[in-house]
This record gives sequence, structure tokens and C-alpha cells, in this order.
Amino acid sequence: MHISMNPWVWIGVFFTFSVLSFLYKDNPFYKLAEHVTVGVSIGYGLVIWWTNSVIPRFYIPVFEQGQWILIIPAILGLMMVLRIVPKYSWLSRYAICFSVGAGSGMAIPRSMQAQVLRQLEATMLNLSFTSGAGINNIIIFFGVLTVLVYFFFSKEHKGVFGGVAKVGIWFLMIGFGATFGYTVMARLSLFIGRVLFVLQDFLGINLAG
Amino acid sequence: MLWKKQIPLAITFIMGLLLGIQYFVPHRISENFFQGYLDWAIVIGIFAAILSYISFYRVHGMRIKKKAPAWQYSVVAIVMSVTMALFGFIQGREEGMVFMNMYSYILVAIEGTMFSLLAFYISSAAYRAFRARSTQATALLLAAIIVMLGRVPLGESISFWHNIWPSLPTFTGIANWILNVPNMAAKRGMQLGIGLGIMMLSLKIILGIERSYMGSGD
Amino acid sequence: MAEEIKKTFWERLIQIDRRVIYLIIALAMVLPFFFQMGLPIPITKEVKDIYDYIETLTPSDVVILSADFDPSVSPELLPMFDAIFRHCLKNNIKIIAMSLYIQGPGLIAPVIQEAATDYQKINGVDYVFMPWVIGWHIVIMDLMTDLQRSFPTDFYGTRTEDLPMLDGVKNYENYDLIVPFTGASSYAWWLLYAHEPYGVPLAAGVTAVSAADLYPYIQSGQIMGMLGGLKGAAEYETLIGEKRMATMGMEAQNWAHVIIILFIVIGNIGYLVIGKKK
Repeated sequence: MHISMNPWVWIGVFFTFSVLSFLYKDNPFYKLAEHVTVGVSIGYGLVIWWTNSVIPRFYIPVFEQGQWILIIPAILGLMMVLRIVPKYSWLSRYAICFSVGAGSGMAIPRSMQAQVLRQLEATMLNLSFTSGAGINNIIIFFGVLTVLVYFFFSKEHKGVFGGVAKVGIWFLMIGFGATFGYTVMARLSLFIGRVLFVLQDFLGINLAG
Repeated sequence: MLWKKQIPLAITFIMGLLLGIQYFVPHRISENFFQGYLDWAIVIGIFAAILSYISFYRVHGMRIKKKAPAWQYSVVAIVMSVTMALFGFIQGREEGMVFMNMYSYILVAIEGTMFSLLAFYISSAAYRAFRARSTQATALLLAAIIVMLGRVPLGESISFWHNIWPSLPTFTGIANWILNVPNMAAKRGMQLGIGLGIMMLSLKIILGIERSYMGSGD
Repeated sequence: MAEEIKKTFWERLIQIDRRVIYLIIALAMVLPFFFQMGLPIPITKEVKDIYDYIETLTPSDVVILSADFDPSVSPELLPMFDAIFRHCLKNNIKIIAMSLYIQGPGLIAPVIQEAATDYQKINGVDYVFMPWVIGWHIVIMDLMTDLQRSFPTDFYGTRTEDLPMLDGVKNYENYDLIVPFTGASSYAWWLLYAHEPYGVPLAAGVTAVSAADLYPYIQSGQIMGMLGGLKGAAEYETLIGEKRMATMGMEAQNWAHVIIILFIVIGNIGYLVIGKKK
């Protein structure tokens, strides 16, 4: 065990425990960490935004390569900023409509292809009772069908239709259960990451060996 | 009205139509138009980002000005943002510089730990809230437990029955089946709904039926 | 009397202070690092498929690794990025490392540097590291149509056209695999805006929270494979024979899962006992 002599690691450990102290109760250390991170992330964002986006994607193309046409989207972008000025907030609509309209136009064919047609195609499986894969295909086919029936709210869930929808709920429950199991795993991994930081980087414990 | 509503709606309609059609037209004009749009979209994004920075300084500036409760923390936030930016612009952002150290040992440490608190909250919820109140809730919990065991090495090791009857699946095998068959079917049903929903919403936006994104007012 | 004591015991147990629960789970995640069991990590098909595909790639092939995440989920995703990056370096495959998230490049920069040192690879020659550019899915479309326009310079400020690795690498025709690492839905952006229109093979590294949602795309063949959570990363480390961050974390993950399952079981027994008494 070699405790780190790097002051930055000590700062990292201080803030790690400041945040963890919230588990006991809210306190000034947690609040300090909260505001420090907001400030640092804004400062970080400003620098990266300026050096990686403004300079190469706007300043150089316009002022060094003469693509003056890019002044128009720049003005549109600035109009978006007027959202915080009540008198002129309507001007932001031009940029929003430009982006939202284009985004919607792009989404329709791509979503249709990737999320609907390809998914439907993949559900058209060989159904058979003679093999394990065939039985799985039957479960998948009817599972998709029953879940779709469950989400069809234009018809009352009664009779045969209601029964099919109920089967859909069972599939959904198993699906949510799988997501929940995975979610537990995810949340725990996040803390494990911090434990590794304290044990390895701060306390200098060699865990690999 | 014309300038505040109809022209913006017309822009939405025209852009939606053009970008929708563009996908199906592999002509040079269509591709040039698409490239031009991408350039414009990036520049709009660059300048729209200013809004987030202004909002930050505005909100915290107001808190300090009004001496709102715990306004001192707003001073900390502003000072830290300016310090970070100054180090980034003046000293540079190479590995080992203050900028990168502040990033790695302050931002990463705090953000990472904040989200790691969820590990504790989910443990508490597992103890207090996850109850098998009905058969369907029991199915959910069982699926969750099997996935939890099937996704760690221990699950494979404690599947003792697999050593006696190798044809029986281990926890990993059962978890794989749950994920690939019933879970897959459920998620596909949901994805189809989401896909169709995106298409419908997009169509409503292009046709001007859905306007909430424009904000309130005239 | 005995019933009274039993009832009190379960009630007490169920109403235990939350901080005791926190302490138990914290110990379950810290102690295993000191008492490692070294259990074998079973490999799932979703992970093996990515590994096998990368094994088929040649040194002229290009892989895009997009670290679309921020520090909040980096304990899960950074080990995945690290493992696949190392696998590509090992096989001399060209890599374009990038991020659609503003905080992504800062997270992967040290990982890239360490791996490059370990494998004695040179930036710009064996791999390139691109900076963050605003635009999310717009950046994906830009990258598919023209790499140099999308990234005029690399992360270190070198002009993209001066990077030898990118000679002849221009657009989607030159990409052989895309692997986004995401805690949100960037895999869907890559699917919609890169895989579907341009047919570039797609795999994904996702946080465990979203892992269950990807199975429809894996079954349909749209996504060739997936690394789900820390376990996915540990599996990949096992496949490439390098036990690093994720494999170490699996020890703690094992016991934490057992404790959570015990919590659920105790909580439910208590619920049943107290419910019956009432």
C-alpha cells in the first residue's frame, strides 16, 4: 500500500467522500461538491465548445476559407438565444422550426426502416414444435403479437382481445424484470468504479495481483 | 401572426418535406443539399449552445444579487467555471495541465460518485419496496433475480444441478433464454410502438398539427 | 408472547435504518477486493460475436469507437472501450476514437495513451483520436459522408488531412465496424443514421440499464453484438486475455448481487409475515 502523494488525487478523494456523505444526510460538503461540479463542467464545456466547435467548424470556414453563407445559420443559432428575452423570444422559433422540421423529416424514413420494417421482418420466423429454436420462435412471435395487442387502446380489453392483452402483460413483466435485474447490476457497478479509484489511485493497493 | 407563427410553421413543413424526400433521392443535387444542411445544423448548434452558458451565469448571478438562501454556493459555481475556463484557454488542455486535472479529479470524481449513490438507493428499494404482491409482480422479481445471478460469475458456479444433469441450463443459460426470448419479444413490441410513435409525431410536426415545441405565446 | 416477539423481530427488521442497509452494501462492494475468488467469467454469445468479428478484420480495416458517455456512467463503459481499443491495437486494426458527448474525450484520453504505450502504437499512424464536435446525430451523418469535413483537426489539434492513418479513409465506404459505448440511446442514433442508410456493421457497448432493450436489434441482426454493463467488459477482457478494471470489479459485483437478492428475499418474507399477522 502506497498512499498517493499527488495532491490532485487527494482532491478527488475529498470530493468523493463529500458526495458520499450525502448518504448520511444533506450537508455543506455535499452542497459544495454539487456546485463545484456545476461550475467546473460549465468551464470545461466553454473551453471545449470554443476550441473544438467554434474555431474549426465556424471561424476557420468563414474567416479563412470564405464560406460566408455560414453566417446565416450562425444568425439562426443566435436567434435561439433570444428565447430568454421575452419580447423577442418568438424569433427563436425560426431556428427551432428549422431544426425540428429537418429532424422530423429525417426521422420518418429512417425510423420506418430501422425500427418498424426491419423489426417486423425479424419477427417473421420459422414456427415449429419439433425443435427448441422453433418453439422459441413461436414464443417470440406470439410475445410480440400479444404485447402489441396490449398497447392497442382503441379497443376495450375485454373477451378474447382482453385475454390476449393479458398474456402481453406477462411478457412485459418478464421484460421489465430483466431490465430491473440489469439495472441493479448497473447501479452497483457505478459504486465499484469509485471503490477502485480510492483503493488503487489513492491507497495504491495493487488489486490486479 | 405571419412572422411569429405562419412563417416558422412553413419552415418546419419545408425542411421536413425536403429532408424526408432527400433520403430517397440518391442524386448529386440531393446529396449536396444534404451536406449543406449538415453544415448549417452544426453551426446552428454551435451558437444555440451559448444559451446554456448565458442561463448558467444568469441564474447564479441573480442568486448572488438577490442574496438568495445559500447564495455563497453560487459564488463557488461561478468562480470554478471561470477558473476552469481560464486554465483551459491560457495554460492549455494537454494531459497533466490544471485543466485536465480539474476534469479528472474534480468533475469525474464528483459526477461519478453522485451517480454511484444510486447503488445505495437501489439496495434500500430492494429491501423495502420490491414486493411480490401479485403473480405478475412475482414473475417480474423472479426474472430479475435470475438475470442478476445469470450475469455474474457466481451464478454459473452455484448452478450445482448442472454438474449432476449437464443438459439442464445454469443460471447464465436461463438468464440468456429470458433475455433472448420473452424479454426480446416484450421489448420488440415496445420498440415497434416507439418507432411508429416517432413517425406519427414527426408527421404531425411537419403538418403543423403538433406545435408545442414552438413554445407558448403568439 | 412468542408471537409478539416474532412480530416485533420482523417489524424491526423491515424498519431497519436505511444507513445500516447502506453500510452492508458498501461492505459487500469493498471487501471482495481483498478476498478475491477468481471465479471464471462465462462468455455470452453477444460478446463473443463482436470479438469474433474483430478477429476477422485485417490491418487495412477501420473501426470507429465512439465513447458517447460522461463520467456518470464511465465505471461501466470505460473498461469496455479500453478492452475493444486494446483488441484492435493488438490486431493492428486502424481505429478512429471519438465521442458524441462533450465530456467523452477527456475520459478516454488517458485510456488511449496507456493502451498505445503498452502496445507501442503511434497516434495518427495506428489510431486517430477525434475531438468532440457539437451536433450528436448530425455529426454521425457528417462522418458518414465526409470524415475530414466532420473533423477538420484531431483531438491534439493536428490537421486531419495530415494524419497518415486516414489516407484513403473518407466516408462510410471505408468504415468496417462502428462500436458506440453509451449510457443513453446513442446506439439508436448510430443505427438510424449510420447502419441503416449506409450499411456499416454496428455493435454496441451499453450500460446494464439499457442492455435488455438491445435484444430486438441483436436478434434482427441490425446490431451484431453487445457488451452489457461491467460484465460485458469483463467478458471481453477475458477474451483478449487481459484482466483489467472490469474483471477486478466482477468480484465485488458477485457479492453485491447476492446481498441485493437477500434483501429482496428478507423484505418479502417480512412483508408476508407481517401481512399475515395483520
